[in-house]
Amino acid sequence: MSSPLRYESQVRTALVEGQKDYHQVTEDIVRPIEAAPSRLWWIGFLISVACLLFGVWSVTEQVIYGVGQWNLHRTIGWGWDITNFVWWVGIGHAGTLISAILLLFRQGWRTGVNRAAEAMTIFAVMCAGQFPIWHMGRVWLCFFIMPYPNTRGPLWPNFNSPLLWDVFAISTYFTVSLLFWYSGLIPDIATVRDRARVKWRKLMYGVLSFGWTGSTKHWQRHESLSLVLAGLSTPLVLSVHTIVSFDFATSVIPGWHTTIFPPYFVAGAIFSGFAMVQTLLLVSRKVLKLEQYITLEHIEVMNKVIVLTGSIVGIAYLTELFISWYGQNKFESWAFAQNRVNIFSPYGWAYYLMMGCNVLSPQIFWFRKMRRNLTVTFFMSVIVNIGMWFERFVIIVTSIYRDYLPSSWATYYAPSIWEVGFYVGTFGLFFTCYFLFSKFFPVIAIAEIKHILKKSGESYKEKMDVEERMPVEEFAHQYAHAH
Amino acid sequence: MAVKKFVVGIFTDEAVLFPAIKKVRSAGYKIHDVYTPMPIHGMDHALGLRETSLHTAGFIYGITGTTTALSGIGWVFNSDWPVNIGGKSHFDLPAWIPITFELTVLFSAVGMFLTFLYICQMAPFVRKHHFNLRSTDDQFTMVIELTEKSNEESVKAFLQGAGATGINTQVAETGWWLGRYDKDKTPFEHKGATLA
Repeated sequence: MSSPLRYESQVRTALVEGQKDYHQVTEDIVRPIEAAPSRLWWIGFLISVACLLFGVWSVTEQVIYGVGQWNLHRTIGWGWDITNFVWWVGIGHAGTLISAILLLFRQGWRTGVNRAAEAMTIFAVMCAGQFPIWHMGRVWLCFFIMPYPNTRGPLWPNFNSPLLWDVFAISTYFTVSLLFWYSGLIPDIATVRDRARVKWRKLMYGVLSFGWTGSTKHWQRHESLSLVLAGLSTPLVLSVHTIVSFDFATSVIPGWHTTIFPPYFVAGAIFSGFAMVQTLLLVSRKVLKLEQYITLEHIEVMNKVIVLTGSIVGIAYLTELFISWYGQNKFESWAFAQNRVNIFSPYGWAYYLMMGCNVLSPQIFWFRKMRRNLTVTFFMSVIVNIGMWFERFVIIVTSIYRDYLPSSWATYYAPSIWEVGFYVGTFGLFFTCYFLFSKFFPVIAIAEIKHILKKSGESYKEKMDVEERMPVEEFAHQYAHAH
Repeated sequence: MAVKKFVVGIFTDEAVLFPAIKKVRSAGYKIHDVYTPMPIHGMDHALGLRETSLHTAGFIYGITGTTTALSGIGWVFNSDWPVNIGGKSHFDLPAWIPITFELTVLFSAVGMFLTFLYICQMAPFVRKHHFNLRSTDDQFTMVIELTEKSNEESVKAFLQGAGATGINTQVAETGWWLGRYDKDKTPFEHKGATLA
């Protein structure tokens, strides 16, 4: 008998495949946590740690010898570091979008992917934060950016500066995403705790589960908490990349000084974030054998988001190009026509790489067959993130490498080994965290899958016919329960 | 905190659980709690619980954040250290909106999360009695408190009739204590249950 509490159209495809009951869901999702890590996991983990160590070494060099270890110079004060910062923050947008905005829009498919996407968000924001912090040079004074009564006056940070808005935006985003992720994780950690047979497992998951029991009152409050956090995170996720774009848009540099930046940055962030979710989940579902929970349907829906946001980004590129000509500002049109669109200019190649990866190639996802092809999806998810990295590179570097003084034009900016090492190091940090997460925590929200199981599970959808044929009044009458 | 005696009924299908709750409540038994592996909508109504006010707390924390940001920035720019930035206004509200918004969200989220933990009595190293370890897996556990008016055997028989697949009696501490889940020690020796 299907549950009296749920009703869903037969037209929708199942979100959980196979004959599952609640216990089977727990078994499937907790199995990778309880089993010993595979050889593949160890190889991936050790490579990540190696990258992380290279990053630590690169940053150590930079702290000892100064920011001069990077190839930044007049006029390029922001190079790979801020490009990487914006890129990682952008990637960090998909998780909260999936968990918050899709929760408010009642998209059932989010339950399969939200936990991993939220984890990815948190790790990506951690990586992003490294760049502005280490760029400060005297990093031991980084607490100067926080407003607190100090002996320097007290001298306050400039609350009217977009760079300070960014400090608030990113730290708030990180904190709220972490709380959202962890509050959802608590019931699932309790599930792992109650199955634990080994002492250290009972201890670790016991401490992390905060003593969760599954009481009805607690669930009621938990639902309320999730809903309000989703409501708060929805404008938050849009505000974060908006404020990142203000770093550029409120300046007077040709190429940065554009009012289109906030929506354009947000669309780009969702675009690259979903691409990274695809990259991670295509591997995770295979390695952890979760194909029945992260189904082709999930992959296809995310590809639709990718083609939508990719096209929004494309419109934005064309709009700013048009406006640079229509606006008839010589400096602005120089920045676009000469520094970017001119393929023979020093960075012309980067502009076309960006256009190709972000605007043209995602159009392949108009075809259903391509959206459901795993190889194509994986390949595209990497292409999109390469393209989005170049978007930020094009915006930052091509706007500032030729300033108003032609005598400083000659130097071609290319990163030093320590800049590259720092970037590689953040990949190490990101994947080290993700490998640990996938080993020790359920990568799929167990309780949320159980919540939709009898509505969207394959075996339950098959049994739904009787209720579907009932008139609404009869359905309500038969299944009305006491209040 | 008190040690009490409970009859525990285990259900495997929420479609059986709902009518069972109705029957148990109308028979006048006192349901201590129902433990479920996932949120079940309508369960709080079925148990007669009132709506949570957690979101109201969230709103109050939120406006506290708004006020903190506006008054803090306003005080710094107008009274504590008024900087003349090209003769621009010291009361520059549009430029304060991003930080005001962020602090509103931050205060609300952190406040609500901590309040949630506090009212649910949750924290690291907090231990509670678990009536059925599978109620975080696939079983629904209805716990009925035995009072002076209720007879253990009749409650058990009643639960049997209501469709419970497993029934047992437990003497348990209702509150929380500091402890670890790898050690089965209870916080004290119990001297027997009190029947309210």
